[in-house]
Amino acid sequence: MQTRKQSPQSFATRAPLELKILVAGVLLFLYCPFGIILLYAFTTEETAFTFPPPGLTLDWFGVALFKRPDIWGPLTLSVQVALVATFIALVLGSLIALAVSRAKFFGREAITFLVILPIALPGIITGIALRSAIGLFGIDFSFWTIIVGHATFCVVVVYNNVVARLRRTAKSQMEASADLGAHSFQTFRYIILPAIATALVAGGMLAFALSFDEVIVTTFTAGQQTTLPIWILGQLTRPRQRPVTNIVALFVIAITFIPIVIAQRLTQDTNE
Amino acid sequence: MDKSSNLIPAVRFENVSRHFGEVKAVDDVSLEIHDGEFFSMLGPSGSGKTTCLRLIAGFEQPNLGSIFLHGARVNELPPYARDVNTVFQDYALFPHMSVEENVGYGLMVKKVAKAERTRRVQETLELVRLPQMAKRKPSQLSGGQRQRIALARALVNRPRVLLLDEPLGALDLKLRQEMQIELKEIQKQVGITFVFVTHDQEEALTMSDRIAVFNAGRVEQIGAPAEIYEHPQTAFVAGFVGTSNLVHSQVAQKLTGSNETFSIRPEKIRMVEPGTQVQNGWTALDGAVREVVYLGMLTRYIVAIEGGGELTVVRQNLDETSMDVLRARGKRVQLTWQRTFDRVLDQA
Amino acid sequence: MTTHFSTQTKTAAVSLLHRISTFFHHHPTMGLALLLAIPLLWLGLVYLGSLAALLLQSFFKLDDYTGQVVREFTLDTYKQLFTRSNMDIVLRTAAMSTAVTLACALLAFPISFYMARYASRASKIAFYIAVTLPLWSSYLVRVYSWKLILAKEGVIGWFFQAFGLQGVLDAILAVPVIGGPSLSVSMYGTFFAFVYVWLPYMIIPTYTALERVPRSMLEASADLGARPLDTFLRVILPLAFPGVVAGSIFTFSLTLGDYIIPGVLGNSAFFIGQVVLTQQGTAGNIPLAAAITVVPMIIMTIYLFIAGRLGAFEAL
Repeated sequence: MQTRKQSPQSFATRAPLELKILVAGVLLFLYCPFGIILLYAFTTEETAFTFPPPGLTLDWFGVALFKRPDIWGPLTLSVQVALVATFIALVLGSLIALAVSRAKFFGREAITFLVILPIALPGIITGIALRSAIGLFGIDFSFWTIIVGHATFCVVVVYNNVVARLRRTAKSQMEASADLGAHSFQTFRYIILPAIATALVAGGMLAFALSFDEVIVTTFTAGQQTTLPIWILGQLTRPRQRPVTNIVALFVIAITFIPIVIAQRLTQDTNE
Repeated sequence: MDKSSNLIPAVRFENVSRHFGEVKAVDDVSLEIHDGEFFSMLGPSGSGKTTCLRLIAGFEQPNLGSIFLHGARVNELPPYARDVNTVFQDYALFPHMSVEENVGYGLMVKKVAKAERTRRVQETLELVRLPQMAKRKPSQLSGGQRQRIALARALVNRPRVLLLDEPLGALDLKLRQEMQIELKEIQKQVGITFVFVTHDQEEALTMSDRIAVFNAGRVEQIGAPAEIYEHPQTAFVAGFVGTSNLVHSQVAQKLTGSNETFSIRPEKIRMVEPGTQVQNGWTALDGAVREVVYLGMLTRYIVAIEGGGELTVVRQNLDETSMDVLRARGKRVQLTWQRTFDRVLDQA
Repeated sequence: MTTHFSTQTKTAAVSLLHRISTFFHHHPTMGLALLLAIPLLWLGLVYLGSLAALLLQSFFKLDDYTGQVVREFTLDTYKQLFTRSNMDIVLRTAAMSTAVTLACALLAFPISFYMARYASRASKIAFYIAVTLPLWSSYLVRVYSWKLILAKEGVIGWFFQAFGLQGVLDAILAVPVIGGPSLSVSMYGTFFAFVYVWLPYMIIPTYTALERVPRSMLEASADLGARPLDTFLRVILPLAFPGVVAGSIFTFSLTLGDYIIPGVLGNSAFFIGQVVLTQQGTAGNIPLAAAITVVPMIIMTIYLFIAGRLGAFEAL
């Protein structure tokens, strides 16, 4: 009896030390690379990755800002693409989410599946599929061929956020609104929209981050155009002033981290 | 009250059925709810009472039959075009709006002028006795307060019918009993038809002018509380409303000469010494006390009847202590009741 | 009061929007169709249409002389697939996907277990964000960081040297097939980068599955006399397994289709994704690129079928 009573205690609240070390190791594994990128943005070496860096300098920030005009074109393109793709994804994603959460209908599962497919299949399949279509119809590569690809895989992010929020919003609230005399448009304006607002912002931010960073599908749909990730990829294989790449990388991290953290906060608040 | 309006029922169901796939949630229900009455729909969960309420509100459409509100057929009318309002089981207050905005919502969407809106909201908040809560958010209210706000939000629109879907279900016993009385008072004060859904028979008996007892999508019986209690027409009603003894075939045969099932309320049965002479019009049955359940105010005796079956008898503990009543276990007794109190039930 | 409340106010003027919503109330299917029209047109026409175009292209072929795509039905392109070198590439990619999946599962389990079992409510949220943050942040930058870390003169190399383990590193790099001149230009580099970028995809479903194991179940197991190890092996592990399988769908599928990582870090042995890229790009052979893409699609279909049997979809 005595030994039995002890067993639950060994499952108690304190984790074994070995486990804690393992957890710390995995977290270190996840975050160390970001530190390395930061570190090498200040190295005095232009072509090598010597550790520890032989010297530290702030010069590369000046170089990146003023002496590398090749960065600005890709950066502008990426921002434009991400903005437009996010907008399209917001519209399409919330329309589907509203339809799916509104009613059970024939083909509902199929639509859910269709939305998830572009992100569930390896990016290369989406990429080569779009490339095949572009080739088949003899379409010229343009800003819009990039947009088509990006918007397609961004839809799921918005959809997931909105549909999850709608699922948590009690159906009785919408019924109450109708019951109190609000027609569907008023219910949308006064009840549904405020309920999904933060989910839309969160979904939009994630979509932006996803698009801003995308390279696999873009390679197939961009033709000769260079988005920022494609520019970085070029720097990885044909490097020129490596620390400048690090600075751009840091910039990319910042521009994706911030919306993600905001998005996480927005969805967390309502989970409480 | 205007007498002429009483001629047209506030709500009328004409052979209404609502099916969800194979499930017949509401199965060929016909009923009339009078204007201005407090009408309860009573039944266990899944009996179709809530679906009936949702049919009146317009959240569901009937598959068969017709629904009339004050004489007008409303089958296809959307909820927002019906002059009824609902108090939801989960209250369904809008979390992003203040109490004031919640209560004023119906007036706002109907474009009622700001000044009148404010006046009516305040007036209704006073009616539910929460005038000081206007600026709060629903999350800052207690369960009982939310319940009142939900009520105010519906009442402010002055609907002709107010639908209440188990509105007291989430409250604790004491608050629930207070609200039962208060709801009834508010109903008298505003003179609106209340349709009240509940699974609590005591609640239905306390508040209603009339009760419809639901079972498996059908209405078993409609009547005033006393009528439902004292004259249950079916075994289900007898069993669901209060507790009842059902006396089946053989024992029934012996007592009434007919093998029809009948019911007798436990409090109507007297327990006396075996062999006691009974008056004319009273039955006499011999048995032995099998179990005694002491309930404080009352004691419940379960008596095994000679020739089969058991009857439950409830006796007030007028001059017995718990020791006395517990000693009754195993004792031979005679049960007797006035024959006018037993009810032959419709065979299902 | 009574008269005041029993009179009703009915708004006479019915707005246009009101009438539109009533129309859709009576015709719910039309309302639904209207909501879905544009999104379905987009996803159905553009996306599924493209997938169809992909399949169609795989049955065309490239004329060797003109370099133009011949738009006639032929199985020639598929015949080109079954060459020795192409089969090697498929096997290499599948082997890498398997190795990466196993490594991710091993690394993901302890942290998921810790998050689900020991972390407080607040730190659970912090952990969750910590794990998902790299997932959403720049894939390319994360790959790039490994090029920095694994370079010959980089952090790892420095560590081996600093602890006098240069010999060990050389021995590791000398292994045939997977070795190379430095970690960043060997299969090790490819492997590390893959494990790193896909790890969060494994942690999240594993954590979700573990989180669903009620504490009372562990206590019941202990109460019935099981030692912690027994409980772990017989209760926790089987219940977490569908989550691990769900995670493996991502790690496997993403590795299967990736061409960036083996291009940036590795010993120039080709993976499926790279073949697709070169065929559609420099070679201009879209039919062959399309036909090759069909291979990971088939592998994933089989994989998803098995995963479904193992209960992975309930764990997603």
